[in-house]
Amino acid sequence: MFAIYPIVESLRLSLYQAGEGDGVFVGLANYARLVGEPYWAEQFWNAFKNNVLLFAMHMLIQNPIALALAALLSIPTLKGAATYRTIFFLPTLLSVVVVGFIWQLILSPLWGVTPAFMNWLGVGSFFKPWLGLESTALITVTLISIWQYVGIPLMLFYAALLNVPEETIEAARIDGLNGWWIFWKVKLPLILPTLGLVGILTYIGNFTASFDLIYSIQGGLAGPNFSTDVMGTFLFRTFFGFQAQLGDVHMGATVASALFFIILIGVSLYLFGVQRRLQRYDH
Amino acid sequence: MKVSATKAAVAAVALCLSGTAAAQKVVISIESWRAEDQAIWDDLILPVFEEQNPDIDVQFTPTTATEYNAALNARLAGGTAGDVITCRPFDNALAMYNDGSLEDIKSLEGLSNFSDVAKAAWSTDKGDATFCVPMASVIHGFMYNKDAFAELGLEVPKTEGDFYAVLDKIKDDGGYVPMAMGTKDAWEAATMGYTNIGPAYWGGEEGRLGLISGKAKFTDDGFVEGFRQMARWTPYLGNGFQAQGYTDSQNLFTLGRAAIYPTGSWEITGFQENADFELGAFAPPSKDADSNCYISDHTDIGIGMNAATENKEEVMKFLAWTTSAEFAELLTNAAPGFFSLSQHDINVENALAQEFVAMRGQCEATIRVAHQILSRGEPALGNQLWTITANVINGSLSPEDAAKEAQANLDGWYKP
Repeated sequence: MFAIYPIVESLRLSLYQAGEGDGVFVGLANYARLVGEPYWAEQFWNAFKNNVLLFAMHMLIQNPIALALAALLSIPTLKGAATYRTIFFLPTLLSVVVVGFIWQLILSPLWGVTPAFMNWLGVGSFFKPWLGLESTALITVTLISIWQYVGIPLMLFYAALLNVPEETIEAARIDGLNGWWIFWKVKLPLILPTLGLVGILTYIGNFTASFDLIYSIQGGLAGPNFSTDVMGTFLFRTFFGFQAQLGDVHMGATVASALFFIILIGVSLYLFGVQRRLQRYDH
Repeated sequence: MKVSATKAAVAAVALCLSGTAAAQKVVISIESWRAEDQAIWDDLILPVFEEQNPDIDVQFTPTTATEYNAALNARLAGGTAGDVITCRPFDNALAMYNDGSLEDIKSLEGLSNFSDVAKAAWSTDKGDATFCVPMASVIHGFMYNKDAFAELGLEVPKTEGDFYAVLDKIKDDGGYVPMAMGTKDAWEAATMGYTNIGPAYWGGEEGRLGLISGKAKFTDDGFVEGFRQMARWTPYLGNGFQAQGYTDSQNLFTLGRAAIYPTGSWEITGFQENADFELGAFAPPSKDADSNCYISDHTDIGIGMNAATENKEEVMKFLAWTTSAEFAELLTNAAPGFFSLSQHDINVENALAQEFVAMRGQCEATIRVAHQILSRGEPALGNQLWTITANVINGSLSPEDAAKEAQANLDGWYKP
């Protein structure tokens, strides 16, 4: 009820334009504007492109790191596994606003520790105001996001790895496989469903959760020059308006619905294309 | 049970009646976004009015600035908004007037105390209705660290040439960041940069009204020159200015690490509290020794009447008072940095505010270039100027291309 009604309502709103009373029914005209008019299309595709980049970087950086850390943590002989687990998961518990603020301070060219620390290491000349440069802002924000959220895939992988039955590993060891090959040939295939799950969670999170961090670090204009603009910040500016720009409920609903369809398509592709082919091994 | 309930009701009614009999005051309330000025209104401004009008009780009931527009619109729609409404300039208040939420007060006699530029912010495009009394403006300019200037033996710059000579000297000395400004929040670049120094190049009102009437274009030399000046600022900004936000700039200046801060008079109160050095102010530099200097004397706050109020007579009385010299002087001195828009002779007490107000006598006045009419497109020109000015300073957009983008925005929808 609380999930469906807003979705239906925003789909309905996206088919109207401002006018007398409740608005005028215009069919798909708003969607045509979104991808047709240069002003909207430019922002839409830019935000979409950044979201895709964000997703790719999370898949290529965050999830392998999480998997590697989980594999290390699940080694039975590792001492202090619980401590490491807590440390890796801790940033996830912090509020996004706090994380954004802390990293902004750390990386600040004026008050941050980074310039001083890099000078001390003798590489001070490599310091750049990363959050302020078009070329580096998105990757910097992504790395901050990874720092914060790596704990979640880590926990999922870790739980899956612990579920791999001891006898299977024992059998592999007797067959003469070492730890490295056991991981690749035995454990990894067994946790494939989790890998898929993490992939889809990353996909959804990248469209929904990325807004918080980017808004708190770069503000509603997702600067510099919209280089960190994602669907979330684009939606925010369109729907609520920003300074001199008045908000537009109908275009906002259109962006929101487009976002909904993008997520829907992605998740369906996964469900029908990937999930069905995955086998669950009974143990 | 029943009896006692009736008794209570009778008692309550009686109490109410006696209450009105004793007070016989009409209460009117003011909607405002200046929550930080609550004490100023309660203790300094309103008591003066209430003393002269003992039958009116005025209450100042502000909302947080960021929530003001949304909250006020909701209250107007629900019929619970205050009697007096503080107006944002131009389109925002105009939209309220068009909705029928603001009363036309053009008949108010005291309005003759205000210049046409001041009234334009709260009048219809044709000027056939005025819906708010112009209250206060903020003046743009530069603040500087007087101690730093004395230490380096610098004079306050008057012309563009002087300005860059001063910046060069500060840069060569190396002890101070020449100018405290960043591009991260983008609005500083446009508000404190482009619309601050630009009017000297496009001739203030002449250029601005030219854009509205279609006689001038952003691609004209004056407007492009404004962007060129922005590109010239880049070397004088602090290290890593691309990631420097508004509060970073404020701190950089008040901590005494920067010598010059492009800004506006609204910073006066805060800066005088935080900085432990002498502050001075100078006007945006003129093109050369023979040209005029121009200031952006931006119409920022007006005050009008909720069309649905039940106390029209009292509200009119109050609005008439806000056009008086007495109100102008009270306001200007209670909130230094927000200057009365009236043409009364006012005695400004705050020394730094005096320096700003003195600019009115030396320079021609204009307002922020994109605020009137021109920001109705998509994207709003005012917002677009933020981004493109920041890009010019960051070096990712040439001044000529920036001008073209701004003009393309207008060409896209505006028919003069």
